Amino acid sequence: MDFNENFILGCSAIGAGLAVIAGIGPGVGQGIAAGHAAAAVGRNPGAKSEITSTMLLGQAVAETTGLYGLLIAMLLLFVKPLLP
Amino acid sequence: MEHGILLSGADNIDFMIHGVFKYSFFGHEVWITTTHVCVLIVMLIIIGFAIAANRCMAKAREVPEGFQNVVELIVEKLDAMVDTPMGKAAPKFYNYIGTIFIFILVSNISGLLGLRPPTADYGVTLPLGVLTFILIHYNQFKYQKPKEIWEGMCSPLPPWLPIWLPINLISEIAVPISLSLRLFANVLSGTVMMALIYGLLGVIATAWPAALHVYFDLFSGAIQTYVFCMLTMTYIANARGDA
Repeated sequence: MDFNENFILGCSAIGAGLAVIAGIGPGVGQGIAAGHAAAAVGRNPGAKSEITSTMLLGQAVAETTGLYGLLIAMLLLFVKPLLP
Repeated sequence: MEHGILLSGADNIDFMIHGVFKYSFFGHEVWITTTHVCVLIVMLIIIGFAIAANRCMAKAREVPEGFQNVVELIVEKLDAMVDTPMGKAAPKFYNYIGTIFIFILVSNISGLLGLRPPTADYGVTLPLGVLTFILIHYNQFKYQKPKEIWEGMCSPLPPWLPIWLPINLISEIAVPISLSLRLFANVLSGTVMMALIYGLLGVIATAWPAALHVYFDLFSGAIQTYVFCMLTMTYIANARGDA
């Protein structure tokens, strides 16, 4: 079977769009982390700075999976690995 | 123009790495890219600051004032950051962690100077991850007995049944890759977003994207720098055990 270049590029664009759906996961995860951090500050306002730094560290690590999706999208759009 | 943003009709979007000039190295074609130039500029900034700090500290006074305050504050904050995860071993790692912290931080926020951040090139972040990998395993072999390392490698199962060994090996190799990809993808996403905003919105994008620079360059860059250093220190402290 023979596909022309525009067809492959269009399918790559659809694939890139599907790949960034991975952003849902980190969004939910970061929201849960922020919610628990808010609850922790409510219980123990004295430890606010420590809780905030722990939360940011955890959120930045949780963000990684979403960024992998972004990387795949960038590869599909700009490196175009599927073109012959 | 790239096909990916062809539909937008804008032709001044540019966030790719460009070659500046090429030369032949033992028959291979080697390019000097914009990343090399930006790393050089970042290095010059850091070296200039270091020389100024050295001049200042040569005639340091008991009661600090002016520039001496700034230098002492930076060193104290960096040392305090290393103290918590590393414990007793902290003095050995002040230099290394402080160096990579300052380098990654200045690289990440160099987007504000109009440079393409060097850390938005995987060729810069992968060596940083590999350095962490080497440090982890150097410390592991120095401070743990071979028997302990073998037991850790087979960890959920008893050491005479190494079924879990390949999976643990893969997770060891994943450490530098995930560290470097995290930093790279964060900085790259910021760079791409800013390039899209400036390229697609044209004249509408005056003055207000400064607020976005605060998030994508300053906040995100600083957080990722902190995360990289924290994870490096946590892994090394784990590898050292109690020593």
